[in-house]
Amino acid sequence: MSHALTLTSIDYAILVIYFLFVLGIGFVLRRSVSGSKDFFESGRSLPAWICALGFIGANLGAQEVMGMAASGAKYGIMVSHFYWIGAIPAMVFVAVFMMPFYYGSKARSVPEYLKLRFDEKTRCFNALSFAFMTVMSSGISMYALAKLLNLILGWNFHGCIIVSGLIVLAYIFMGGLTSAIYNEVLQFFLIVLGFLPLVLLGLKDVGGWNGLVAKLAPVATKAGFASGAYVQSWSHTGSPADNPMGIEWFGLAMGLGFVLSFGYWCTDFLVLQRAMAAKDMGSARRTPILAAIPKMFFPFLVILPGMIAIALHSAGTGFQLPTKGTGLDYDMVVPTMLQHYLPTGMLGLGLTALMASFMSGMAGNVTAFNTVWTYDLYQSLRRWWGKPSPATIAYADGTVENVMFSRPEPADGHYLWMGRMTTIVGILLSMAAAYLAAKFNNIMDVLQLVFAFVNAPLFATFLLGMFWKRTTGHGAFWGLLMGTVAAGIHHGLTAPKGAVDVIKGGWLGHVYHTYPSEMAQNFWTAIWAFSTCLAVTIVITLFTARTKSDQELTGLVYSLTPKIKDHDLAWWKRPAVLGVIVLGAALALNLTFW
Amino acid sequence: MQLDVRLPIGLMFSLFGLILAVLGLVQGSEQTQRLFGLNLDLAWGLVILAFGLVMLVFALRARKKNDGNGPAS
Repeated sequence: MSHALTLTSIDYAILVIYFLFVLGIGFVLRRSVSGSKDFFESGRSLPAWICALGFIGANLGAQEVMGMAASGAKYGIMVSHFYWIGAIPAMVFVAVFMMPFYYGSKARSVPEYLKLRFDEKTRCFNALSFAFMTVMSSGISMYALAKLLNLILGWNFHGCIIVSGLIVLAYIFMGGLTSAIYNEVLQFFLIVLGFLPLVLLGLKDVGGWNGLVAKLAPVATKAGFASGAYVQSWSHTGSPADNPMGIEWFGLAMGLGFVLSFGYWCTDFLVLQRAMAAKDMGSARRTPILAAIPKMFFPFLVILPGMIAIALHSAGTGFQLPTKGTGLDYDMVVPTMLQHYLPTGMLGLGLTALMASFMSGMAGNVTAFNTVWTYDLYQSLRRWWGKPSPATIAYADGTVENVMFSRPEPADGHYLWMGRMTTIVGILLSMAAAYLAAKFNNIMDVLQLVFAFVNAPLFATFLLGMFWKRTTGHGAFWGLLMGTVAAGIHHGLTAPKGAVDVIKGGWLGHVYHTYPSEMAQNFWTAIWAFSTCLAVTIVITLFTARTKSDQELTGLVYSLTPKIKDHDLAWWKRPAVLGVIVLGAALALNLTFW
Repeated sequence: MQLDVRLPIGLMFSLFGLILAVLGLVQGSEQTQRLFGLNLDLAWGLVILAFGLVMLVFALRARKKNDGNGPAS
């Protein structure tokens, strides 16, 4: 066999059972979808723990399982920064401080919050860029899944695209957001139970944590770092040259820990949609915090396999990673480990978990896309089109009457229908994006850049919008636009070390600064975009008049909204108390692996 | 009444657990040799089965409670 994995009928049976359950959930839920609110917002009826696992499930896209294992092999334990400072603090912040406005404003999406707080143009800018990003991300997940299955099992690439697209389409079409969230919960457990044995066996094989540390020391010294560079997360961040990621502590804390992480967790509708589907304010606020608990331990599930793989590979124990070009093919860490450790049956489970991780990422993007399209683009365009306009009616007897004519708002069923149609369109666009990714091999790099340009400044807009009532719509819009432009300019004038491709930077003709790594460049691009957006929004706000009164901003701005009293809740239900506990645990993890 | 998500989760993992455990019982010893003498299919199958059953118990208890008080909100 030329392929890495061979499945038996038991493995196929597990895969088929999983798909039957996925489709079955959609089939049963279709009866509880009776209007657009059920379809797009799950009727705002779900308990916190389901929303929290959906929150994590939607975030478990293509990057998470495969990508984090690959990064773990490449950079070691430092990848945990994407969790312990790059996710947990932001998740606690959005829960405690921002969720009251997202959930309390009754906005159905993040762009709609921007419309309520600022104006239509700011919403439109955010909705368009977000819709584009979701379709592209979903397409990339699909492409990565099909490419992987083709590579390790020899399955037909086109078949994988079509089948995975149709399955996701079917369950969202039938059950809407609830169906997507329920499946994300199922996928979450599958991923944990499917990958945990891999980690445990790998850890046993490598001789426990101490064995891993001992085996990674020569890997680090060979690469020119101190012996602990792959197993200590902060100790080697004094200078970018001392660690495999090529970043120093300030860029790490500010770029990743603050701008990028808060920009993603606090403003990205893909994850926030799950929290906004909660049954009440308390549940909505608990969602990100409850999600932070498993998130905190994910490095052990997704990064550790990468570190174990590289340790075993270098120690020459018979475990071999495949090569790609002159280096190792890090993307093959998970498939190689699956094949090496798991027996028939378990292999089917592990592979099903891998496929689940791709599909939950895809479904999350599609549900966010259909909501933003239907409410923020279609409905607002329709309302603008249907604005009352003067018309003249001429009667047969020669009299003339001037009336205001307006297009009537359609029945709710129209938007439900639109949501379902958009789901089909979203899947078709994702398929197109998947083929685009297959055709141009650097399109993923280009897209990641676009994401960085659009996402990085966003948090400044929300921060000012929520906590400074003076902030105006013009200020927000131009700040956001200039922040995106600043990200582009910074990227165009700098380059990572050894860059040969203009996609990596320096495309404005002159390179003013060379960063030690691509990651360092990304973090600093984000810092520049955020700072520019913050400054431009403040300056333009001071020169423009407020268009929204204090009354209109009640429920949208911190100082104008009555504080939520939760003293009657049990302590373990209060977001602030839970938040402090979660932050304490994240701090302890940082110190343990310092 | 909306579907309780613990029901499909419980059913699916109980089924997976059973399949793996039975597979572990009937398969030969050459599989276990490779894994430090561990019968992984049997061991992990039982873990998954236990998880599935706990989910099912929760789902059935919630259903019983709701039957007494009318449909869940």
